[in-house]
Amino acid sequence: MLDTTTPLLTIKQLQAWYGESHILHGVDFDVHEGEVVTLLGRNGAGKTTTLKSIMGMVGQRTGSVRFEGRELIASAANQIARAGIAICPEERGIFASLSVEENLLLPPVVKPGGLTLDQIFELFPNLKERLGSSQGTKLSGGEQQMLAIGRILRTGARLLLLDEPTEGLAPVIIQQIGKTIRALKEKGFTILLVEQNFRFASTVADRYYVMEHGRIIDQFSNAELDANVEKLHDYLGV
Amino acid sequence: MFEIFGIPSNALFGQLLIGLINGSFYALLSLGLAVIFGMLNIINFSHGAQYMMGAFAAYLMLKYSGLGYWPALIIAPLLVGITGVIVERLFLQWLYKLDHLYGLLLTFGLALIIEGVARNQLGSAGLPYVVPDELRGGQNLGFMFLPNYRAWVIVASLTICIATWFIIERTRLGAYLRAATENPALVRAFGINVPRIITLTYGFGVALAAFAGVMAAPIYNVSPQMGSELIIVVFAVVVIGGMGSILGAIVTGFGLGVVEGLTKVFFPEASNTVIFVIMAIVLLVRPAGLFGRRA
Repeated sequence: MLDTTTPLLTIKQLQAWYGESHILHGVDFDVHEGEVVTLLGRNGAGKTTTLKSIMGMVGQRTGSVRFEGRELIASAANQIARAGIAICPEERGIFASLSVEENLLLPPVVKPGGLTLDQIFELFPNLKERLGSSQGTKLSGGEQQMLAIGRILRTGARLLLLDEPTEGLAPVIIQQIGKTIRALKEKGFTILLVEQNFRFASTVADRYYVMEHGRIIDQFSNAELDANVEKLHDYLGV
Repeated sequence: MFEIFGIPSNALFGQLLIGLINGSFYALLSLGLAVIFGMLNIINFSHGAQYMMGAFAAYLMLKYSGLGYWPALIIAPLLVGITGVIVERLFLQWLYKLDHLYGLLLTFGLALIIEGVARNQLGSAGLPYVVPDELRGGQNLGFMFLPNYRAWVIVASLTICIATWFIIERTRLGAYLRAATENPALVRAFGINVPRIITLTYGFGVALAAFAGVMAAPIYNVSPQMGSELIIVVFAVVVIGGMGSILGAIVTGFGLGVVEGLTKVFFPEASNTVIFVIMAIVLLVRPAGLFGRRA
């Protein structure tokens, strides 16, 4: 499938550092409107750092991050969020000093067009039941993950960065997360996903990029997945 | 006149009142310290000097522009708060990633400079500041005489403390503050300008100190060392309440003021040390403080 439209997100020659350590060595890829794109790769390949670099959450970054035609490489994280990108971090980032409701309502609305609370509860019925819970971190791992995804759906951000949303969760919860991602795609969200678990990724993704040593080393579409399974096993060392 | 445990009631209630007054200042000052420490991770040693700045601002406003107590109660905290914002932008913002010691040393040095300048310009003798006309006189409650100004100080301090607690624990802005205390990077990635919130928090904490300073002016006189005398006790209050705990700062502030007052009645020799004795015991039994979260 040839997509001639301008990508929603274009990453070019992205390099990133944490203090002295150079993590990303020139990452190039793009994400089109309405796609679910997955970054695959071993631990330490730079997937999480790529998401954090897009969001402006690393110490230093160079190259180009273009979103809706706007260059964001020089912008601070809060400005990038206001441009319409939202992150669900790997550690989920539920705040212990905030109630479940406060956690859910924390990210400010940056653009019109976000989901309403009722739409979020439709995706995550459990959240509605736990709304009265006094401490966000008292929820189960699965509920915390739903809260971490749910709270960024209100903001009107069109591009969601999801960092290993299935990590450490039971199979039934993983299925629910998969269902949610497909539902979000139907609602028009664009999703950049980081996953170790490519079996899960294959149920939601349109395209894949494979990372190693802070670079993109391969890419293929979901249709090409079967032909690439051998190679993928090699890349991921599974 | 009646007696309680062999103590005349007016002496007891008199000391209780003094305790509540002192407690009002302990609470306001330790509240500011707690807010600042929670958000900036800085132990603001210049808090006492900033309290003194508030009192001096009120004194100078009256002397040179005829602005009385009530305008001073608003303008002085605003002005001193602005100096706090400048200090945060110029100096403190570079220290957050370093050890606590650096922030402590910087603010301690700042306190010495502020006090030195005040002593140089205004002398070290206490300057009187009159009680505003509206609050002269007092009420005879039968068992004791309650000066109006002192009643006002207690009510005003309690109001400010409760309002601050409410903002931090019960509002959207407070949720941002609490979340940014836990994980500033993520809160920023949600689109909130965390550095600006940090700057304003310092300005607010400093303004609280200046507000206390204006309120203290008619009671304790205005002198360059008025802050450094008080701040040592306030730090003990903060340690007992638990660093960074808002509720802890308020409850411990008032509570220890009262304890100190009662000690003056029952065992006057210990009244200057009782707070430090309590601090030592709390540090032994609950090192994180009475209201502190586990470190």
